[in-house]
Amino acid sequence: MGLMFKNETYRGDFTFSNSPEAIRRFPFPFHEDKYMYTVNIEPHVPGPKGSAYEFPIDIDEHYLSDMADRALVLRDDPLRCQGLPHMITAEWDLVELLMTSMARDYPEHFSLTREGDNWHWINRPMGIDQKFIFGDIATLPYRPMEYITRQCQGDFNLLDQRDGDLWMDAGIVTSQADWSLDFDVGMSFKEWHAPVPMAHEIGVFDRALKFLLNMQQGRPVRRLNWTMTINPRLDTAPETYHKWGTDRATVTPENVGNKVHLRVELQGLWRLPRSNAIVFSIRAYLIKMDELVTVPKWGRRLHRVLKSLPDPIADYKGLTRYRPTTIEWLSKYDDGAPTSPGVWPE
Amino acid sequence: MTMSTDIAVRVSEAETIAQDVKRFRFVTLDGSPLPEFSGGAHTVVTMHDGDRVRRNPYSLMGSPSDGSSYQISVLRTVDSRGGSAFMHDKVKTGSELMISRPVNLFPVDRRGRKHLLIAGGIGITPFMSMMLQLTREERPFELHYANRTAGRAAYVSHLQSAYGHRVHTYFDDKQQMLPLARLLDGQPLGTHLYVCGPSGMIDWVLKSAREAGWPDENVHSERFQAPPSGKPFTVTLARSKKTIEVAEYQSVLEAVEAAGVDAPYLCRGGACGQCETAVLSCEGTLKHNDHYLPDDEKASGKKIMICVSRIDGTNVVLDL
Amino acid sequence: MLSPGIISRPVYKGLAPDAHAKHNLIAAEGEGAAAVLDMAAKTPEGFFARSVILFCATGSAGKGYEDKLKALAPASYWDFPTIPTSIFRLKGALSTASMGTRLYVAGTEPFIASVMKEAIEAGIDYKSVITEHRGSAKRRVQCVHCKGFTENVTASPFVCSHCGLSLFVRDHFSRRLAAFQGVCVDAEAPGEVPPVEELYK
Repeated sequence: MGLMFKNETYRGDFTFSNSPEAIRRFPFPFHEDKYMYTVNIEPHVPGPKGSAYEFPIDIDEHYLSDMADRALVLRDDPLRCQGLPHMITAEWDLVELLMTSMARDYPEHFSLTREGDNWHWINRPMGIDQKFIFGDIATLPYRPMEYITRQCQGDFNLLDQRDGDLWMDAGIVTSQADWSLDFDVGMSFKEWHAPVPMAHEIGVFDRALKFLLNMQQGRPVRRLNWTMTINPRLDTAPETYHKWGTDRATVTPENVGNKVHLRVELQGLWRLPRSNAIVFSIRAYLIKMDELVTVPKWGRRLHRVLKSLPDPIADYKGLTRYRPTTIEWLSKYDDGAPTSPGVWPE
Repeated sequence: MTMSTDIAVRVSEAETIAQDVKRFRFVTLDGSPLPEFSGGAHTVVTMHDGDRVRRNPYSLMGSPSDGSSYQISVLRTVDSRGGSAFMHDKVKTGSELMISRPVNLFPVDRRGRKHLLIAGGIGITPFMSMMLQLTREERPFELHYANRTAGRAAYVSHLQSAYGHRVHTYFDDKQQMLPLARLLDGQPLGTHLYVCGPSGMIDWVLKSAREAGWPDENVHSERFQAPPSGKPFTVTLARSKKTIEVAEYQSVLEAVEAAGVDAPYLCRGGACGQCETAVLSCEGTLKHNDHYLPDDEKASGKKIMICVSRIDGTNVVLDL
Repeated sequence: MLSPGIISRPVYKGLAPDAHAKHNLIAAEGEGAAAVLDMAAKTPEGFFARSVILFCATGSAGKGYEDKLKALAPASYWDFPTIPTSIFRLKGALSTASMGTRLYVAGTEPFIASVMKEAIEAGIDYKSVITEHRGSAKRRVQCVHCKGFTENVTASPFVCSHCGLSLFVRDHFSRRLAAFQGVCVDAEAPGEVPPVEELYK
């Protein structure tokens, strides 16, 4: 398959960029020229070959760079990875899900052999060769969730299902768009979504919760979420907001193309077998405006979406300061022509 | 719900293990391992009886981590719907069936400091896998298991040898009463109680627990409720543009499925909410037999759980 | 009284006696005593004979609440000079309590939150705790940046008592941490701090 891993940074000198292949497969989220919160859940079934949806767990050219950034985040703030004690079974379920997915879909990079509870995991890109006993935490160098997620792109949350609700009782969150795992651990579904404007009033979370509670094994689902980030900064946590917040004030008409990024989260949800918990993955993809407008449909559509976006949503997503400048810059790429429905390039 | 994730299995063992109780072991046709599950889960077994399709949920009894087979136990009930009779009389070693992937509406609350399990009769089945899980995860539990007679009681000697002093049995014919009041008094904070058995027993345990000051969040139950029967009526499916008959011993969900219309379902026992359907109009009154809708929604007449509820009347129009 | 805010913001339904409880554990602080006295008007026979009251007067000292609570004739009455000493004793009571014990809390939000935190750690589901807010609307706020807690917050923005950042007080609340979230208010334009508003007196 020839997946070439890049060596780039998401902080400091910000060398991150997308290859033409990565641009083509970018999970552009807007299927129409405007945006409002919806439940937008669909079955997580294999998508077009080469796309970010082809495999349930997507490993791309940024794999090693993502894992290096994660390691730096955890070194500086271990609270980004936490699990309440009763979630240990769910952590093991996650180890199984990620290891089997990665080994099945990227066999040139990952291998998993199992004899009963004796597991042997090989991660060639990261130079890891690990034998361990599934279920025995003493046989891994980290707790199970931390062990495997240090080797897999995306944030992961383990949701306990009880009392007719879902509870954020464990997670690893190092590539989030501005929410604090440490603060939200222990909250229920609607509690952790409480700060989202407008969506509660239109019943989005009631419907989503009902759907998720009845999720079954073997039928994962996915949805997309989006925001924007200045500089390709993967870790935009509230904890460090006082350090990266000033990025938002550095956007000028000249640097929009390079600095302003569309950030899309491909969110996956699976029912886990032993714990009966749900794993909620949040996989972030970044693309700068210069790269995005190489797809003419996307340039037109993003301009229209940003222009018509309701203010409370723009404020909540943190776009306020640079939104007008970005809209102005994108207007050059919007000739007013109609765009086709759906997300794929023409 | 289209069952594309259903699993094709063959019965490898069928054995009567107590009066009116038969145990079945399923293995996959292709030899692939069965999915792992969590203690308290069940599977929905699809049975073809001539041109009639039956779907009944049964608790998974075996070890959650043993993918080589699944085990269920079925109590023969005197019930004109005939599902349990079919299992007892027609399903034998070698029979082939379709079963759903495991679904769990009766899981262990892993925050619990202690787990108090109360089983009546065939209600022991979900606790079989639950106790294996609790043991493996080293969580404290006690089982209190009531039966009418020792002859009807399934798995007693197995449970006693597997779990020793944690198992307490009570037999009606020996005037041994489950000492519920004593059990409810003096449990450490953070104890969770789970009850499964006849409906009357569950009602008694839930009421007693509430009256002993136990919060609802600490009390869990699973009912094995076959859809109640009633006078026949017709259902008009507004979107499918069909009108169908719901027979005396058939649920609305079963009638809809027999008519070839796909309706979502999960537990088929009125507990999970998946089959909630909008009522557009009704010539008669809705008879809610579920444990899911809140009272105000039942009273509104706008929703119905089609797996167990019926109407008292001639016709109901549903948004299906 | 308490601003409605967002969904994660706790709602205190008010004290009401649980007639089924075998034991009642009642923790009150300051004006929370008045809530207990108000509830006493609706309690069934024998309710206080199976109750334990823990009281810390804080800002309501000198109002005679101690005597009024003792007059309810609870099985035990304990009073404490400070909130930490009351929480310490509560922890002890919870460690030996059994199912059938109902917990009631009345007072300011930070007090209720501290008691709730102990209750959850003792294995009680938070939904089963009966709560009532009385007294000041002041908040305990955790700075999301340094993780330090600041007590008695009545205004937003305010200065974190640990790291010195100016923090905006959100309505987003964590039961586990027993605090509201404070976020740097001038992160995007350092020094541009909006005027202070007294919001939670």
